[in-house]
Amino acid sequence: MSKEAHMLPVWFFIGVLLAIYGVIIFSVALIDFHHPSAVVLAQYHPDLFAGVFLLAMGGLYTFWFWPGRRK
Amino acid sequence: MPLTSFAASAMLNGTDRLISLSAPDILIIVIYFATVLGIGIYLQRYAHTSKEFFLAGREMSAWVAGLSFLSANLGALELMGWAAATYQYGILAAHFYWIAAFPSMIFLGLVMMPFYYISKAHSVPGYLQLRYGEATRALSGISFAFMTILMSGINMYAMAIVMKVVLGWNIHFSIWVSSLTVAAYVVLGGLYSAIFNEVLQFFLIWVGVLTVPILGMIEAGGWSGLVMKIHERVHSDEYVHLWSTLGTFSGNPMGVHWTGMLLGLGGVIAFGYWGTDFLVIQRAMAAKDLRSARLAPIIAAYFKMIVPLIVILPGLLGLALLPYRLVPEGTPGEGLHTYNEVLPLMLARYCGPGLLGLGITALIAGFMSGMAGNLSAFATVWTYDIYRPYLCKIKSDAHLVVVGRWCTVLGVILSIGAAYFVTQFKSIMDYMQALVSFFIAPLCATVLIGMLWKRATAKAGFWGLLAGTVSSVAMFTLVKVNHKFLAVIALSPDAKEMAENLYRALWSWLICALVTVIVSLFTAPKSNHELRGLVWGNTDVPSEKNLPLYKRPVFWAVGVAIFFAILQWTFW
Repeated sequence: MSKEAHMLPVWFFIGVLLAIYGVIIFSVALIDFHHPSAVVLAQYHPDLFAGVFLLAMGGLYTFWFWPGRRK
Repeated sequence: MPLTSFAASAMLNGTDRLISLSAPDILIIVIYFATVLGIGIYLQRYAHTSKEFFLAGREMSAWVAGLSFLSANLGALELMGWAAATYQYGILAAHFYWIAAFPSMIFLGLVMMPFYYISKAHSVPGYLQLRYGEATRALSGISFAFMTILMSGINMYAMAIVMKVVLGWNIHFSIWVSSLTVAAYVVLGGLYSAIFNEVLQFFLIWVGVLTVPILGMIEAGGWSGLVMKIHERVHSDEYVHLWSTLGTFSGNPMGVHWTGMLLGLGGVIAFGYWGTDFLVIQRAMAAKDLRSARLAPIIAAYFKMIVPLIVILPGLLGLALLPYRLVPEGTPGEGLHTYNEVLPLMLARYCGPGLLGLGITALIAGFMSGMAGNLSAFATVWTYDIYRPYLCKIKSDAHLVVVGRWCTVLGVILSIGAAYFVTQFKSIMDYMQALVSFFIAPLCATVLIGMLWKRATAKAGFWGLLAGTVSSVAMFTLVKVNHKFLAVIALSPDAKEMAENLYRALWSWLICALVTVIVSLFTAPKSNHELRGLVWGNTDVPSEKNLPLYKRPVFWAVGVAIFFAILQWTFW
């Protein structure tokens, strides 16, 4: 079997990193929810959406490529 | 393809920072650095043999190889430079992502990759050694190593300048911290590490910058609103059409005729870059089988064609929405922002704490992926094509890996040296676009003729490549000495510097091809046996007829072609 088959897949690393970023950005968005930063379109809370998106995408990748789940 | 004028002009900017980072932004950047280093440390255990260190064991999937293939090209200067070019030239800049990607990347996947992969060459100069001989390998290997280091150093310095302008970071801090981080993970995990991090960086670049086009389009009121706002700003439709303004040199902001765009950019430069630049091809060669190697550039082509979403669109949005006009570099005046600042300005426009850190991480990731590509390609070419044949005959596998690791360190040191060298001779940076065309365009002819024509001889390969390179340098020098020659080379008195680059590449390609053909006709060719697995008609490419249609590279290539056609028609 190739070495690549024994490695943690790159998708797992991506998932973990994106999930961590999701937590950070989502947390910042919640803390600043009533006092959004002075950027254009801040009323749409893009950081909140981005945090949820990153957390969902990162979580999905982390779960799907979790080492124990692989054959 | 590098846009080094961005780097040169960045030096002319002021030192006031555009953006201030908050604690969450810093945390995101620190986590990024820790992750890429952690990946390098983790992968160290897998990079013991030369095949593992230099070719990632040749066991990458098509997706990993494809995303890495694209990421090595998607440097920070590409992102910021082409966003700036879009602000300046409009959607014409998208040609560098569409016509300069689709035909050449598909051609690489369907036609060229089997020769690289089946020949089991370690590098493009290695293929040239098998096809033509030592002299051609030496010429291309040395020129590639020289180019790679110079490009790496210039990119490094330019990135440090950007960090200084955008964030107020110290130049030396940026150069040393970023380059030593890249060096550490490439030394530890070799191409495994470079590829893993490039795929990671590809994701970060997208999620980091995607906020700008999404919010920008909301603010502009969709595409029609964007076009209307641009028209109000510049009172012209030239900025939102791809081809309809290219009928004359004077009819578009770039000063380019459609023939130059099609043949110079889409033909010679694109085929030369994607088909012969080992920096990107090394990623495809690391694929686990031929089918994956052929799919890698095709997968990359899909993503390359949607990169304008995060590069070209922010440039257009900046043109339409920023409440002030950006200016060319060197324009005197207090508090003026230049074209090159358009992407950071748009990030700052929409991104608050956290998102801004992600955006800046995307720019740093872009820089690192480009540099890791340069370093791993340099280490491979230096070890296999310069060190082993000419400097040391020791052929033990373990020795080559040690040399590869030291070459990576050497590459970083030389790159840092090049970065500081550039600070002393800033005009060199202006010439980088030309330097690329000196080597890439003729190499394209040498490789293509070598792959497709059995009659091409060893001497023809060397003399053709040399003639193409020398003629390209000569044309460049002529224009520098007397600017009137620009009109001769680019075939029009209305032509601008961009057109000169495109046509110079075209002429040098033709000269290289002509010399190669003529010398071939007067010298002895190699035998069929010697050319086995190296030339069209003498290589057994495994049939894919037993595969279902959706697994065949040609099926996905047709999809790219349709996608490309739709984009051209939409933005014609």
